[in-house]
Amino acid sequence: MQEFLQLVVSGLATGGIFASLALALVLIYNAMGLVNFAQGEMAMLATFIAFTLINRGVNYWIALPLTLVIAFGGGIAIQRIVIRPVERAPLLTLVIITLGLATLLNGLAGAIFGYVPRSFPSPFSVQTVDIFGAYASYRDLGVIAVSGVVLLAIYLLLQRTTVGLTMRAAAHHAEASRLLGVRVSWMLALGWGLASAVGAVSGIMVAPIILLEPNMMQTIIIYAFAAAVLGGIESPLGAVIGGFIVGVTVNLAGTYLPFVGGDLQLAVALAIIIGVLILKPNGLLGRPSVRRV
Amino acid sequence: MAHRLRTLPPRYWLVLVVVLFLIGLPSVIDSFQSGEWAQALVLAIAIMGLNILVGYSGQLSLGHGAFMALGAYISAILATRYKMDYLVTVPIAGLLTGLIGFLFGVPALRLSALYLALATFALAVVAPSLIKRPAGLTGGVQGIVLLPPVPPQPLSDAYAFLTGTAMTSDQWTYYVTLAWGLVLFWLAWNLLRHRAGRAMRAIRDGEVAAAASGINLAGYKTLAFGISAFYAGIAGSLFGLAAGFVSPDSFPVALSIQLLVGAVVGGLASIPGPLIGGIFAYFLPIESNQWVPTQTWIPVQIATTIEKAGPAVTYGAVLILIMIFAPNGIVGLVGGAYARLRGRVRGAPDRDTGQMPQDTQTV
Amino acid sequence: MTKIGARIAAVAASLVALAACGGSATPAAQTDVGITSTSISLGNTIAQSGPAAAYGTIANAELAYFTYINNTQGGVNGRKIDFKILDDAYNPAQTVPLTKQLVEQDKVFAMFSGLGTQDQTSVRQYLNAQKVPQLFVATGATTFMLDEPTYPYTIGWQPPYQGEARIYAKDVLANHPSAKIGVLYQNDDYGQDYLKGLKDGLGSNSSMIVDSESYDVTAASVASQLATLKAKGSDTVFLFTTPAFTIMSLVIITALHWEPTIYLNSVSNPEVYMGIAAKAGAALKNVTSVGYIKDPTDPQWASDSGMQLYKTVIANCSTCNVNDGFNIYGVAVAWSMVDVLKQAGSDLTRANVAKIATSELNETNNPFLLPGVVVKTTSTDHFPITQEQVITWNGTGWTQQGSLIDERGTIK
Repeated sequence: MQEFLQLVVSGLATGGIFASLALALVLIYNAMGLVNFAQGEMAMLATFIAFTLINRGVNYWIALPLTLVIAFGGGIAIQRIVIRPVERAPLLTLVIITLGLATLLNGLAGAIFGYVPRSFPSPFSVQTVDIFGAYASYRDLGVIAVSGVVLLAIYLLLQRTTVGLTMRAAAHHAEASRLLGVRVSWMLALGWGLASAVGAVSGIMVAPIILLEPNMMQTIIIYAFAAAVLGGIESPLGAVIGGFIVGVTVNLAGTYLPFVGGDLQLAVALAIIIGVLILKPNGLLGRPSVRRV
Repeated sequence: MAHRLRTLPPRYWLVLVVVLFLIGLPSVIDSFQSGEWAQALVLAIAIMGLNILVGYSGQLSLGHGAFMALGAYISAILATRYKMDYLVTVPIAGLLTGLIGFLFGVPALRLSALYLALATFALAVVAPSLIKRPAGLTGGVQGIVLLPPVPPQPLSDAYAFLTGTAMTSDQWTYYVTLAWGLVLFWLAWNLLRHRAGRAMRAIRDGEVAAAASGINLAGYKTLAFGISAFYAGIAGSLFGLAAGFVSPDSFPVALSIQLLVGAVVGGLASIPGPLIGGIFAYFLPIESNQWVPTQTWIPVQIATTIEKAGPAVTYGAVLILIMIFAPNGIVGLVGGAYARLRGRVRGAPDRDTGQMPQDTQTV
Repeated sequence: MTKIGARIAAVAASLVALAACGGSATPAAQTDVGITSTSISLGNTIAQSGPAAAYGTIANAELAYFTYINNTQGGVNGRKIDFKILDDAYNPAQTVPLTKQLVEQDKVFAMFSGLGTQDQTSVRQYLNAQKVPQLFVATGATTFMLDEPTYPYTIGWQPPYQGEARIYAKDVLANHPSAKIGVLYQNDDYGQDYLKGLKDGLGSNSSMIVDSESYDVTAASVASQLATLKAKGSDTVFLFTTPAFTIMSLVIITALHWEPTIYLNSVSNPEVYMGIAAKAGAALKNVTSVGYIKDPTDPQWASDSGMQLYKTVIANCSTCNVNDGFNIYGVAVAWSMVDVLKQAGSDLTRANVAKIATSELNETNNPFLLPGVVVKTTSTDHFPITQEQVITWNGTGWTQQGSLIDERGTIK
């Protein structure tokens, strides 16, 4: 029982990591109906920027917002330079471009920073909290808490502000929005900027736990995909819930299913992705979409 | 007969020249370079398969490295455990992988393009750990060592007669790969020129319209998956032959990305594209590592960064630049330039009907 | 290289070789491919990009040492070492053509310090068939030392993973005879080799292992595995994990309010990693490991002549971090390589150099290894380094416990 509880608690902790990156994925999807394969690498690069700032003596609490601003700008820049030229291209083209971006950013980070793992500071202490005999550290809880705050912010933005409404409109019905005078292209840029900033938050929260190095997000992004798909790719709340479910399931499956074992954790995430897409393609909280001809 | 030869479109002559070039290649390069070209051809074969799936039927798979792994391991296991002649295992590996690909295609039907990309990407990342699991069968992390293939005596003698040196193992591997490449190229060309190809392109350009005009969507899409997996399986099997060793780390996700890069660079939905793409994708990491640092005209900072970053930075940049500026790849660029040139020579389209003069290319 | 470029290079090389032959060979000297009167060429494949790129600095450190030898001693017996490093991105499919290129086009004398078990396995057969020495491969996989009779041109260098695990077994039996052991291991040759060594070392006591959990490098966290080990009642944990996962494990163990005796492997024990773990919240109590190389961050070697030499040497490499344990490893193994070349004297043939490395080495003065560690091979024993020193963590550094333990002859 004790073990079960600990597995659940640890699963929620890693789930928080997946959720934080999944939120960025959901944001991009809401902005342009695309899954950004480069989201993890952008988050990693932003974290390295923060690392560089902190190393140069900048106070953590100044480096943090500064990095978010840089990440926001970077996201917009990427959209303007790389995505806009192919805005109206088929989905395939866009997916390939984001893959190219992911490869490029990963290689760049490796060339500039090297591959040795580094520690990254966290505002949360390393002390642990006792939850009915299972333990989680304040850092783990911090990731969950920050994800919750980001979730709230995204929800408010998308559902309660004009900007958010405009963004969603631009994503769903680009042509109609243009006719209404919406600067669709800039809405997309805004979406990219925000997603990039959310990704940066994820990277900064998560690096203290999984150590900062160029490959740190490479497999996390797959778990994040699973979380987003499970929760419903349009729903930020779904992404967070999805993240927790993925984290806990991966732990429990690895321990209690004999043919899975600890070394097939990622395969469990893959199974979740495939299972959801076949059985309930819109995820838990997604709305079925109608494709117009 | 002579008349028919004279009116053959130029591209047939081009194909002939290329084939002759490839046949003669091993005699003018080092033996080990034949081995490298064999691996480039292996990639080209896998890219041919990927092209059928992506370029022609519009389904994006980022996991073809996993299918290659499947083909490679089937061959390796049959050859080492069941003592089959390796060359016999190649078509078996291809067919089995094709079958599994076809079965894969069934649930894949339910996934939109984006989700299919996602799912296959995850598959590519997971593949090495899945291979490690049944260690008794796959050799686990130790991998499977394969004996270098020995060229059959009559062929080696013929080769020695023509070139003065006996055929080496690497050269033999190259010729086996080339033979398979030519067969599969011919197969793809025939497939895509006829009904199946047109059906697939119709699906790619507009699924709903295609279905509305009576094309069996599910049938063609799963067929595309099966065929492309067949190609990948053959490629994987030949890959094992060329490398002499199969192991989980031989099939990282980078391989699937490499295939995609090759397909895109060569030109999606083009028949010759895969060859160009395979050569590009294979030789790029080697050249960026070795050739770039020796070029003194490149500023040192950039050269060092390119070398340290490995091929990843170049792959990524190439993918982005090609998709933005030349989405039809090199073949598209060359084809477009050629068409414009020919347009100038042959004259403009007919004013009334808008028809171009004879001989418009469909592939 | 382009085909044309390769052909020109090959022609040029043969002209140079011809010219060299004309002038300088001493009567009784024997040379081989890759040897000219002024140079010895060595080839290397290693991961310098991709997921395993952190190891890439090893080759740079080796190059730094060869540069030092070339500059201060004019090379070995008047021949400078020409070291060619190629990036195989830790992918055996790339190792094969790159190795063939080094052998057939660049015509290196020998392959040196190739990295990666799968990668070096992929070319072992070829190199032995071509009779090209595959010296001092950078992996502790036991097969490279155990299978020397089948592959006489191949030899490892560092202590075998199984040998290291046997030392842990000895330590556990001596100091914690009633321990309940839990093992966390990476699901590759590295982790599996260690686990085997532990089981063999415990022998009839292998039932002390109450549970072993594996993980794949694609795992997001090893918390579940460690939670299970704790739940199964382990009070002694073995971490057969690569550095990043070792650090995470140490942190998780502390977070679980668990204080087992911890054994962690030598690849992960450099002080810089322990520092990262401590900063991330690991308590680092009761941690044992073994070492065989001097750690550059260990203050006890501050004025040691070997350590001074290392610092001088590593200055030749602008991208090398002087505190990185991988770098002193590179310099140490390069030292052995030069030692072998010197021992070959005027008989610089591949066969002779391979024989010396696999069966006639008796190096007792490598300045970068812990005092007393020898690099030794005989015709019946092909494990160059088999001694390691048990060390325990004292809060700021490693303290040596007892004397060197030798596992020579125990692995069959």
